[in-house]
Order: sequence, then structure tokens, then C-alpha cells
Amino acid sequence: MKVPLSWLKEYVDIDLSLIELADVLTMAGLEVEDVLLVGLPNPYEQTGAPQRREVSIHGLSWDPEKIVVAQIDEVMPHPNADRLVLCRLNDGTSELVVLTGAPNLFEYKGIGLLAKPLKVAYAREGARLYDGHQPGQVLTTLKRTKIRGVDSFSMVCSEKELGISEEHEGIIILDDDAPTGRPLVEYMGDAVLEVNILPNMSRNASMMGIAREVAALTRKPLRKPQANLPANGPSIAGKARIQITDPQLNARFVLGMLDGAEQRPSPYRVQLRLRLAGMRPINAVVDATNYVMLEIGQPLHAFDYDVLVKRASGQAPTIITRAAHPGEKLTTLDGVERKLDDFTVLVCDTAGALSLAGVMGGQESEITPATRNILLEGATWNFVNTRRTTSSQKLSSEAGYRFSRGVHPALSSEGVKLCLQRMAEWSGGVIYSDLVDEYPLPAADPEAEISTGDVKRLLGIELTAAEIAALLSRLEFACRVEGNSVFAKTPPHRQDIGTGVIGRADLAEEVARIYGYDRIPATYMAEELPEARIRRPIQVEKLVRQSLARLGLQEVINYRLTAPEREARLTAAQPEAVQPAYITLKNPLSPERSVMRRSLLAAVLDTLEKNARLRDRLALFEVGPVFLPLEGQALPDEAPRLAMAMTGQRRTPAWDSPDSAQLDFYDLKGVVEGLLESLHVGNAQYSPTDNPAFHPGKSAQVTVNGSVLGVFGELHPQAKARYDFLAPAVVAAEFDLAALVDASANRYEILPVPVFPPVLEDLALIVDESVLAADVEAAIRQGGGKLLTGVRLFDIFRGDQIGAGKKSLAYALSYQAADHTLSPGEANQIRLRILRRVEQLVGAQLRS
Amino acid sequence: MGEDENILEELDDIQKNGLEALASVQDEAGLQAWRTAHLGRSAPVMLAFTRLGQISKEMRPMVGQKANQVKLALEAALKTRAEAVKTASLRQKLDTERLDVTLPGRRPTMGRLHPAAQALSEIIHIFEEMGFQEYRSPEVETDELNFELLNIPAYHPARDMWDTFHTTVPGTILRTHTSPGQIRAMREMCPKPIRVILPGMVYRYEQTNASHEMQFNQVELLAVGKNITLGDLKGTIEGFAQRMFGEAVRVRMRPSYFPFTEPSADIVMECFVCGSKGCPVCKYSGWLEIAGCGMLHPVVLRNGGYDPAVYSGFAAGLGPERIALLKYQVDDIRNFWQNDIRFLEQF
Repeated sequence: MKVPLSWLKEYVDIDLSLIELADVLTMAGLEVEDVLLVGLPNPYEQTGAPQRREVSIHGLSWDPEKIVVAQIDEVMPHPNADRLVLCRLNDGTSELVVLTGAPNLFEYKGIGLLAKPLKVAYAREGARLYDGHQPGQVLTTLKRTKIRGVDSFSMVCSEKELGISEEHEGIIILDDDAPTGRPLVEYMGDAVLEVNILPNMSRNASMMGIAREVAALTRKPLRKPQANLPANGPSIAGKARIQITDPQLNARFVLGMLDGAEQRPSPYRVQLRLRLAGMRPINAVVDATNYVMLEIGQPLHAFDYDVLVKRASGQAPTIITRAAHPGEKLTTLDGVERKLDDFTVLVCDTAGALSLAGVMGGQESEITPATRNILLEGATWNFVNTRRTTSSQKLSSEAGYRFSRGVHPALSSEGVKLCLQRMAEWSGGVIYSDLVDEYPLPAADPEAEISTGDVKRLLGIELTAAEIAALLSRLEFACRVEGNSVFAKTPPHRQDIGTGVIGRADLAEEVARIYGYDRIPATYMAEELPEARIRRPIQVEKLVRQSLARLGLQEVINYRLTAPEREARLTAAQPEAVQPAYITLKNPLSPERSVMRRSLLAAVLDTLEKNARLRDRLALFEVGPVFLPLEGQALPDEAPRLAMAMTGQRRTPAWDSPDSAQLDFYDLKGVVEGLLESLHVGNAQYSPTDNPAFHPGKSAQVTVNGSVLGVFGELHPQAKARYDFLAPAVVAAEFDLAALVDASANRYEILPVPVFPPVLEDLALIVDESVLAADVEAAIRQGGGKLLTGVRLFDIFRGDQIGAGKKSLAYALSYQAADHTLSPGEANQIRLRILRRVEQLVGAQLRS
Repeated sequence: MGEDENILEELDDIQKNGLEALASVQDEAGLQAWRTAHLGRSAPVMLAFTRLGQISKEMRPMVGQKANQVKLALEAALKTRAEAVKTASLRQKLDTERLDVTLPGRRPTMGRLHPAAQALSEIIHIFEEMGFQEYRSPEVETDELNFELLNIPAYHPARDMWDTFHTTVPGTILRTHTSPGQIRAMREMCPKPIRVILPGMVYRYEQTNASHEMQFNQVELLAVGKNITLGDLKGTIEGFAQRMFGEAVRVRMRPSYFPFTEPSADIVMECFVCGSKGCPVCKYSGWLEIAGCGMLHPVVLRNGGYDPAVYSGFAAGLGPERIALLKYQVDDIRNFWQNDIRFLEQF
């Protein structure tokens, strides 16, 4: 909300600087996001060097020497230009002639000496202003020049030139009582505070609201505007009736009347305030409703009374409030015909709907230049209904903003009275001496209780009951102290205080706010520590990620949102019938991100593809959930997965070894083995897999004790072709993290470091090409038994020497006993057992 | 007698000549030749021993002693010289083996954790030290847990604070914050005291730009007990900030609003980049926002199973990416999930 400082000062004395005021408000939860200077000097000196600015302050400061109030005594035609006039102007020190093209002076052209001089904002040579002819705000210095043969060195200013608004159609014409010769900044210089009103502080969405906080925070008295109806005016009795259909929707409805308003602009100071507060001045009647809304927070609506009488066929109108009927329509004053929802509340008369209650008026009964007699509405609307209406009609208005957050019903009559008074002042007319006031659902204004113990327990500070009561009284709570408890009656302008434990928390917040959050000491919990809980999945996940980084893979984290087509690049080889079910967004931001992913590998491959051309070698992994919908359940299975993908050269190229072999199946298998080793997963079995994303001959499934941990291998050429990869092969893996957690060992035993030397021996075994290395190794281990402590495959040979369809696998073996050095005889025994076993199990022959 | 005295002089000469010859020896071969010439079987000092028999009995011990001295002197000189020659020749050899030490090294392939994960684990680690334990909850959530039970009924003005992704399953949404985990943790642990940290990905229906993402990590703290105060909340966040950004860092707490806490607060911290003097990172304000927090609202405590008349607690939310953004002065939050290797490799 925009809060002009001058307006605020009407209700409370402020002896703080702008910066201090902004800080006091911010520290009380009314964050001052920005300050716009409209004339007042900038408290931060312009030093150029970066410096700390607690508040963001910008805008234009008016030089008191160079920008002053002046008066135009006569407007004369320009000898050479129709669109320019010459003004005889008095700036308080001298008389001079100033040239301007302002169209709002043309009506005074050539009529001689003005009976009532026009008061204007006058800028002398050298004044710093915004350039009125350039878009935006471009600073310029007023220089002496010649326009159409006439010397020009000063000017009368528009709002745009002074940084008040974008208005540049005409010059500012000030109110008649503006003192000629006075520096303009003294007369009307201002600063506008942009205050962020939190949802629970909507009571402060008005000048009074902010002033009330300032008064409470700085211990100053609050000056409330007093509104009284004239005792001797006409009576409203019989002029209008109110019929509230549902008090839950409309707790209170107040009508007041004024006859004989003249349609004219508001005084300039009123227009200026409205503009600075972010609203557009319209005419004195409408301005009065907006002004009072900004002033005390009660939105008001003015009807043309004569139109209502006409609609009621000459009878006194009856105002009816009700929810909209199915299919009902209303044309609002912005000219839009609106289809209404059943939750929308309407203000109607006997002829039909007049306005969207609390949001926007209807076109037919709005104030027109012909309006003379005003029926003024001040009401209270259900905030949920108002909110639903503003969002379904996509209608944001100042009134809708306030009503959708709740307005206290006490403000209805106060607002009407104040507004009638302002209207009479600015547009003339006679105020009726009474109101029509229907108030079927009076506000509760609950009393809540808070004790010294509560304050200690919730805030950690020691206050006496009297101190608590004093703090709350500053916010107009009516407080009663009983023992250690304070009973605080909510003041009749706010609706955010509850009862019971909720009311206690509400009061605690207010006590803390006024006491000062900054004064609350920082302490550390003296609470009993909860029991320790070990969450194995979290520990293992951390270990997996650290191990993979150590094994040379870069972690990535992708959007969990994807599109089915993106994932289909990896899995399209699946039969068409198996269409996977997705968690699908109802309101996606883009079709690219419309579902929650089912495949983590697809995401990692997308990332690998994006980076493939940037590096000679890429190895990526991601750990995170995939989202698998569960039949008949609202929430999916968020299954944790691990995916890896690698492509390019085996080693990062160096200057003397630019190329290395391409990463292949065995590089990835090495990573998998390394990972399983760091998790102490024993007994992993590798077997071929028919996963359609992978090359059928170059992929494997990893199982431990019959449960599948994951698959890895070279991407299927068809899957790879759906990506943009230059490298001949991409290897990838997807693991089930939950299965890895189950297979990992929390405890494992360490073997003693051997004391006796091993016997080392190399054996080359010739087997059929189809025999798997794992089977050969298993046979060796079986034959070797416990004394065989090391098996390492160090060479594979194929060639004529050993015959076609055969391969020779060479193993480096170590035999070792824990308690003695093996004799050559013992070693030979082991060797013979191994050879027997490999022949039996895999048909292996010793290569001699 | 003359022969006897001559031999003593001769031995002096032998030593002198030998040492002179040794001085010009430069290499291993020269040393070998010199040894043969001056200490070999037919070297003059050796021949002097064979001539001892011809020396008078009286002089014989003296000459023998002298010959021995000369031999030892030559041997000692040889040893010294040999070492000098060896050192010189090694130096010469090493001189020819100079590498260009400025050539780049061969790098083992190195992996890293994602910067967001690094920031997250740093934060988690600090809170673990302070007694908070990690607790996880689902990313796809019910409207009830994400909003209703957190004191945010439908059409509540506070709903404006979260733009929500809805799924095609009615009442199922992508969680907009980690706070639904508060209810889950409370319901699981009630009535025991709680001190947990809830990290994880949250989602906002929001067009992405340099400072906004539709998906980001959040870390939420939750403490429930019988005597937990707003001061404890302030102290906990201050303790975190000092461990994360340095002992000298001061924090400031100011009122804010969240429907699930009351009193609610924002915690700002002195800018660690400029020491609160004003810089572009803190937008010259001297302060950086690090956490939104507050005392658990009685409705939330009650929904978690705790009696608000007996129990109190606090919750606080931090943004790891935002902290990383500040710490490393990353100019665009979208870098995190774009995973450009040129970005990731810098952490």
C-alpha cells in the first residue's frame, strides 16, 4: 500500500526521520519496501560510492530555492504561436512573463487580469526536474532558451515534471490558498511509503491503520477523524429500505444520503493525495468514497439516488443483498458483462442487480455528470465470497482487496458518515441527519487471555501482567488484569484475534511485536533431546552419492517434471499396449513439464545429451525419486532411484595422450563394482537382461540373493538413435535405491592382515568362447577353497594356437594360510584341485 | 744411510705426485686409472713396501710407518675425490633431465556433488550437530496436508502466498513447501519431543526467471516440546548462521506472517559479502533474508496431536539454493537444474 507521509501525519505526530520511520514500521511487520520522494530531500547523500541504505529511497527532491508556489495574474496570447500562451506571473519576488503550452490555461487566454489569480508550481532557471516530453523519468536541468522568439528560462510545471504522476496534459493548478512565493517542497513536498501489508494485517490497509501502528510503536496519541451527521438535516426515513437475505454473507449494511451534489473536481490537495496513494481522481463525489476508503479502510459505494427511484417506478428504493442466481449477469461499470457464480454476492434493488457486492459497481446506477442526489452504501461482506468473486471474475480493485481480507463492521457507519462529510465539503450538498442501518450479525470482538507464564513459555521473556496489559493497550485492546492473567478485549477495528489457545497465540504475537522482536534474547533450547533415530535409507543414499563422486562421476539434479514423450525416447521399444500411468499436472506451465517423471535414467540421458558436445568425457549420475501412481490411492509411490550415464573417452585427454579408448560396458561395470564394494554389498550376480532400453548383448542385470538391484549396459542402438550423441556408445545404468539399501551391509567383518607370505601362481585356462568369466572364476574359487586368497583375471587370449571357438583366460592366483607358510607340496595340491574343478565345471584345460 | 734417507724423501714425492694427479681426475675412468697408477700393485708406494728389506734395521720401522701413512693418505684422497666425481656426474646427468614443470598435469577423473546438494548437505550437517535429525516426506501431497491441516483453509487470503501445481487427481497437488512434513512428523512421533529437519524439493506454479524457479529445495526445521520459545527459535537460527557464514554474523528477527505459525518472523542476517556496509548482493540494505519462521500455530500443533496448552514449538524454512546463490554469487537460479557441466564443474 502506498502511504503518503503528509497524510499519515494528519493522524499521528511523527518526529522520526524517514529512515527511522521505515525501520520502525518494518520491525513491526509492516515492511517498507520502498520510499518515493515527491519533493522532500533525500536523506542519503549522493556520494557515488556503494553505501548501506536500510531503505530503498528514490524520486525527485524539489530545490526550495528554485521551485516555488507562484501566481498567474494574466494569460496572454503568444504573438507567433497559437498553441502557446504567455503568463504574467508573480513568484513572490518579482513579476515576469513565462511561456507555456499547457492547454488548461487556454480558457483564461486574453480575458485580461484574472479576478482570482491561478496558483501554480513554478520552476526557476537551473531547477532539476523530469523532462515532460520524454517517456519515463529523465532528469533534466532547466536552461535558458528561446522559443518562437521569446526568451524562456523558467516554467510552470506539470505533475510529470515534478515526479507526482505521469500526467503531462496540463500544468498543475493548485488550490487558491497556496501561498505565493513559498518553496513548493514546504507547501506540498511529500514522500510515499510503499508498505507491504501481510495477509493477517489487512486492518492496516488504510492511513488510519498505519497511523494506529505508528502511534502504538512510538507512544504518540492517535487523532481519529471525527464524523457527525448534521442535527438539522432532512431525515432518511422512508427514502430507502435495506433487506439482507443472508447475514453470513452481509453482516451489516448502512445507507446515508446527500442531496444536491455538484459534479466538479476535488480540491487539488485531495487529487494529489489520491494520486500519491495510487488512485486516479475522478470527481469530488467518487473521490470522496475513495478517499475515505484509503483513510479508514472502509470501501464505500455511491449510487445515483434518482436512478434507483426510477428503477423502483417512482417508489423509495429497497436495497436487497443476496447471492447471485444461476446464470445471472451484470454489466459492471468497466463496461464488461459478467456471468455470475452462485457464490457471488450482489447488491440489488427490486428491479435487479446493481453491483458486485464489495468488488465493483454496476454501470446503470453509477455516478454520472447528471447525478445530484447520492445514496451512499457502507457495508460488510463475507471475505471468502468476495475473494472467490475477485478471483473468478479476475477483477482486482481496491475495494475487493480489502473486502476479500475482511473489514470490521464497525467501520460501515463510520465510513458513511465521514464520506458524506467529505462529499459535502468538496462537492456541496445537504447531508441527511440519519442513516438506514441494518446490522443483523454484530461483530463478536472477542476477549482473549494471556498470562505471564504464556509469555515466558512462548516468547522466552519475563513480563508482568501490568506490562503485558500496557503493551496491548497501546494497540487499543481493553485490558483487565486478574492475577497473572491479562484479559484483552479486541478493539472494534480488527478481526484477527481468536479465542482460547488461538487467541493466546494471537495476543502473544502482538505482545512480541510491540515489545520488539529485536529485544527478544537469542537462546538455545533447554528441552529434553528427542531419542536418536537411525534412518538407514538416508545414510545409504549419502554414501551412494559420495562413492559415485569419488569414482569420478558428476552429480546432476534435474526437474522432476517432464513430458511422456521425453521419457519415450528411452523406452519406446516397449509394446504399445503398456502405456505407463503418470502423475499428471492439471495446470502445467508448459507441455515440456506436464507429468512427474517415471524414469530417472531418461532425465540423466537428457542432461548427458545437452552436455555431450562440451566435454570429451562425461560421466553423470543422479539420485532421486520417480513417481509411480498406485491404483486407487491419491499419492504415488515415490521410489528412490539411482541413474548413471557415461560417454566419450575413457580418460580425460592430456597433452601427451590426446586420445584414449571409448568408455564401454566394462568401464561402467567397474563403477558398479566400486559402488557395491563401498556399500559392502556381497554376492552380486551379473546376468544378461532383456531390458528394451539396452543393447541385448552388452547389458547386465545385477542381483543379490535373488532380488534385482538394477540394470546397466550400453544403450540399445535404437534408443541411442533417438538422442543426439556423436560418440559410438553410451553406457547407462538405473538402480533401485531401496534394493541397494537392503543389500548393503551395515556391519561387515575385517580379515586380519596376513603374517605369512603367499604363494603366487599364474594359470591360463582354455575354455569354450561361450563360457562366462564369472563361471570360470566361481569354479576356481570352489577348487581353491579357503587357501585361495586372490583371483585376478589379467589376460584374455584368442588365436590359432588354442583353436577356433576357444579363449584362454589367464589368472593370477595367490594361495595363503593364516597360520603358516605354505609348502611347495601344499601349493601343488591346491593347484591340482583347481584344475580338476575347472575341468569338471566349465570344461577348462590348462594352457601349456 | 743415504739410501735410507732418500727413500723418505721419495715417499714424500710419491704422496705429492699422487695427490697432484688426483686433483685433475674428472670421471670414473680417470679414478680407475689413477687407482691403478697410484695404489695398484706396481704403484710407487706399493713398491716402497717391497724395498723395506733393503732398509737398515734402525730405519725400517720409520720408513714402513711413513709408507703406510702415504698409502692411507692416497686412499683417503681417492675416497673424497671419488665422491666429488660421483656428485658432479649425477648433477650433470640430472641437468639433462629437466621437465617443463609448467606443462599441465594428468588429471584423474574427478566427480563432484551437485552444488544444490552440497549446500543442502552443509545445512543439514550444521543442524544435525545442533541435534536435529533428518526426516523425509512425500513431494506429491494431499491438499489436506499441504494446506488444510496447516491452518490454510480453502479461499484463505494466505493461499495467495503459494501458487500451486494441481494434479489430475482431485485433492492431490505437488507440495508447495516442506511444511506438510511437520504434520507427518508430529503424527508419527506424538507425544514425544521432536527436533527434526525436513529437506526436500518443493514446487511452485510460477514462471521461471533469474530469481524464481518452479522447483526448488527447502529445508524446514521443526522443534516441539514443553518449553520452546521464540527466543530459542532466534538462537537456533543465529547458531546456524554463525556456523554457516562465520562467528561474527548477527541476525535480526522481524515480524512476518505464515498461517501455520504465530508469532511469525523473518530472520535477516548481516550481509557476509560486505559486512553489512552495503553491496549489490544485499541490494545495499546490509541485510540478507535467510529464514521464514515462527512458533507453531495452536491449530497446527493440535492437528499434529499435541495439546497447544501444554506443548509449544517452532518451525523455520530455509532455501539452500538461495543460500548457495548468495554464497557463490550465482546470478541466475535456473543454473541449478539446467546442469550445464560448465556450471557444475566450478563447485
